[in-house]
Amino acid sequence: MTAVPDFSADTEPTAPADANPMIWAGTEPAIRGGAEPATVVDAEPAVLLGAEPIPLVGAEPAAPVDGGSAEPAIASPSPGRGDFEHRVRTVTPARLFLGRSGTSYRTADQLTLRADHAAAQDAVHAMLDLESGPLAPLVDQFGLFAVDSAAADRATYLRRPDLGRALSPEGRAEVTRRCPRGADLQVVVGDGLSVAAVDAQVPKLLPALLDTAREAGRSVGQVFAVRNARVGLLNEIGELLDPAAVVLLIGERPGLVTAESLSAYVAWRPRPGHTDADRNLISNIHARGVDIPAAVARILALTESMRAAGTSGVLIKEDHEGPAALTSRPGDDLSP
Amino acid sequence: MTFRATVRGTSYVFGDLATLLAKANEEKSGDQLAGIAAATATERVAAKLALADVPLADILATPLLDDAVTELILREHDAALFTDAGLASLTVGEFRELVLAPGFATAWSERGLAGAITPEMAAAVAKLMSDKDLIVGAKPLRTVTRCRNTMGEAGVLGVRVQPNHPTDDVEGILLSTLDGVLYGCGDAVLGVNPVTESVAGVGAVLHGLQALIRRFSLPTQTCVLAHITTQLAALAAGAPVDLLFQSIAGTEAANRSFGISLEMLAEGREAVLAHHRERPGEFLGDDVMYFETGQGSALSADAHGGLDQLTVEARAHGVARAYAPFLVNSVVGFIGPEYLADARQITRAGLEDHFIGKLLGLPMGIDVCYTNHVDADQNTNDDLLVLLVAAGCNFVMGVPGADDVMLSYQSTSYHDAAGMRDLFALSPTPEYTAWLESRGLLHAGRLADPGPDVAAALLAGLDQAVLDVPSPVRALTNGR
Repeated sequence: MTAVPDFSADTEPTAPADANPMIWAGTEPAIRGGAEPATVVDAEPAVLLGAEPIPLVGAEPAAPVDGGSAEPAIASPSPGRGDFEHRVRTVTPARLFLGRSGTSYRTADQLTLRADHAAAQDAVHAMLDLESGPLAPLVDQFGLFAVDSAAADRATYLRRPDLGRALSPEGRAEVTRRCPRGADLQVVVGDGLSVAAVDAQVPKLLPALLDTAREAGRSVGQVFAVRNARVGLLNEIGELLDPAAVVLLIGERPGLVTAESLSAYVAWRPRPGHTDADRNLISNIHARGVDIPAAVARILALTESMRAAGTSGVLIKEDHEGPAALTSRPGDDLSP
Repeated sequence: MTFRATVRGTSYVFGDLATLLAKANEEKSGDQLAGIAAATATERVAAKLALADVPLADILATPLLDDAVTELILREHDAALFTDAGLASLTVGEFRELVLAPGFATAWSERGLAGAITPEMAAAVAKLMSDKDLIVGAKPLRTVTRCRNTMGEAGVLGVRVQPNHPTDDVEGILLSTLDGVLYGCGDAVLGVNPVTESVAGVGAVLHGLQALIRRFSLPTQTCVLAHITTQLAALAAGAPVDLLFQSIAGTEAANRSFGISLEMLAEGREAVLAHHRERPGEFLGDDVMYFETGQGSALSADAHGGLDQLTVEARAHGVARAYAPFLVNSVVGFIGPEYLADARQITRAGLEDHFIGKLLGLPMGIDVCYTNHVDADQNTNDDLLVLLVAAGCNFVMGVPGADDVMLSYQSTSYHDAAGMRDLFALSPTPEYTAWLESRGLLHAGRLADPGPDVAAALLAGLDQAVLDVPSPVRALTNGR
C-alpha cells in the first residue's frame, strides 16, 4: 500500500463503520492519510489488495494486458520505488501513478476521492466569522468589520451572482460611514466560495500586505469584509470609495486537494461596467501554491504597474513568476 | 414577428425570435437568472411547438444581435448551398427529422452542409430534440482535423492530457503528462492551463512540453491555455507554439470581456501558421487553433445580449469554425450552479453543446466536469461521459484522478478515458496508436504496463526534457 501516493492527509477518515474489516484492513491506509497497513493474518490473499500486486479482477499479475496494475506502472525502473514516489509527491499534489484495476481506480483511491469531494462540498457552506476563530485578531488590529452583500443567504448566493456583486443597503451605508475615500490602496476581504481559504490565508496575508504598502509610502484604506461576496463587488467599491487600487482577497472554490486556496483580484479605479478583462488575478494562494511573501510582493508589484500604466487588466502582465489578467477558462474566475 | 402556440386550450404568444428561442430552451438556471426562461413547463412546450413551425429561412433573415459575431456568421454562411440543398424550405421541426433520418450524415459530409447551417439554426433544432436525439444525431457526424496528428476519424476517441500544476512547475507538469501517456492519453493535445499569465512562465511550460514530445518522439501537439496575447508574446520570445488557444464566446461584448476581438483571433492564427512554416516537416495540417466554450460564460460577463445560453453557445461555435480549429471543447460543468444548476442541467448542456458543435462541423470534444459548489458528483460525471462517448465525442479530458489541482474542479481521469475506449472499442489517433504499440504500451487494443526498458527510457526522456527548458526561463519559474 505504501506504493500508492496519498494526498489525503488533511482529510478526516470516512471509512464506513460497518465495512468488512478484512477488506478495510487492506485499503484503509490511503484513506487515513499514510498510516502503515494493518496486519491481517487471517485474510484471504485476494482480499489483501494493498499487500500484494494482485489485480482486483481479470488476469494474473504476469499478464497485465487485461488486468491493469495494482502497482504504479512506472515504479520498477526507478532507483527505488520510494525515491520515485518521493519525487512525485515533492513536485506535485496531483494524484499520479495510482495504479489501476482494469481501467478503474483501486478501491482505496476511489474512496479517497469520495472523501475529499465530501470535505470540499462541506467547505462551500461554511459562514464567515469575525468573532471567534482566525480572523478575530484582525478586528482589534485593523478594525476589520463585516457587511453583507445583497445575497441574504448561502443558497441565494450560489444561484444569484448579481446579488453577490452588490452590497446590501445596510452594508453600503456602513462602508460609506466607516471607510475614508480616495486611498491609494483599498483592501477588501470576501468569503467567496471558501471561508476556510480566508481563515487560512488572510490572518497572515493582510498584515503583511498593509504594512508593506504603508512602508512603500502608499495610503491604505479601512479594510472590511463582505459576506457572500463575488468578484464583481470591486466595481461598486471603486465607485463608493474612489480608491486608486482595490485588492479583493476572496476564497476560491474549494478543490479536492485544498479548500484553503485564496485569490487576490486587483483592479485600478474599478467602476460599474468593468469586467474580468479590466482586472488582474493572483490565484492559488495557499500552502502548496503561492506563498504569502510572494503573494504580497506580486500584489503590490501589480498595483505599481497599474499606477504606472494608469490601467489594469489584460494590458498589464507580470514580468516574471507571476500571473495576471484573465483566467484561461471561459467566463469563470476560480472564485465567483 | 410574433409567434403563437396553443397547449391544451391555453394560447401563448412570443414577441420575437430571441424570446421564442429562450423560452423553448430546456430548463437552465442561467436563463432563469437572465429573466428570459419559460415561466412554466407548459410555456416551454408551447415555445417548442411554435419554434417547430419556424422556417429556417426566417431564422437566417432575423439576426438576433447587431454585432461582429452576427456579421461573421452571416459572412460565412453558404447561402447558395442553403437553397440548393433544400434547407431554405424547411421548418425547424422538419429539419429535426432530416437530421435524424438515415442518409443525412452522408449528405452532410459529401455536400458540406455544415456551411449552410447557421449557429442559430443548430441551436433551434437542438431545442426540439430529446437527449437521445442529440446522441443519435451527433454520432455519424465526423469532422477530421490535422495538426501534428489526425483527430476525429470514426473509431477514434482522443484524450487531452491536462497536467495542470498549482505553480506551473515544469517537472510536475511533465510527470503528470507521463502518467497520462501510460494510459494512452494525450493524443488530442498535451494542454496545460497555466496559473500564471506571465510570458516567461508560459514559455517555460511550452518549452518543457515540446521537449517531452521530442524526447519521446510522441506524435501529438502541445498547448498552454493562456490568454492569446500571452501565448503570442511567448512565441515572439522563442517558445514553440503548436496550437494557439483562446476561450471564446458567442457575442462581441462577451469576447471583449475575454480581452479578445475576432481580428485578434485571425492575426494570431496567421502568426502561428507562419511559425509552423519555420518548422518544416513537423505538421500534417494547418488546423492550429484550440477553442474552449461553455454555456453561461456570456451571461457571467453580463454580455449575453438577451439571448439564451444555448443560442449564445452555438454562436461561439460559429466563431470557432471561422478559424479552422484543430480542437474545440465546451467546459460544460465548470461554470457553476447559477448557470447550470445541477447534474441534470449539466448533462443536458453537454449533450447539446456536443451536438450543435458537430452539426456545425466542429471537431467537438467536451470537458465533462463539475465544481464543488454544484449538485453533481463523480457518478453523474461518469454518466455524461458514457453518453458523450456513445454520441461520438471527438475527445475528452484526462486529468490525474479526475482532480484538477490548479483549477479546483473535477473532470474525467486517465482511468475514465481508458475505460471509455475499452467499453466502446475505440482507439487513440492512428499515429498515437502506432506509437503506443511500438513501445508495448498498447497491446491488442488494451493498455499494458511498460517493460523495464521502456519505462527507463521514458523516465530518462522526462529528465532530459526538464533540462531542455532554456535555463534563464527555468531559473525564473522554478521557485521550488
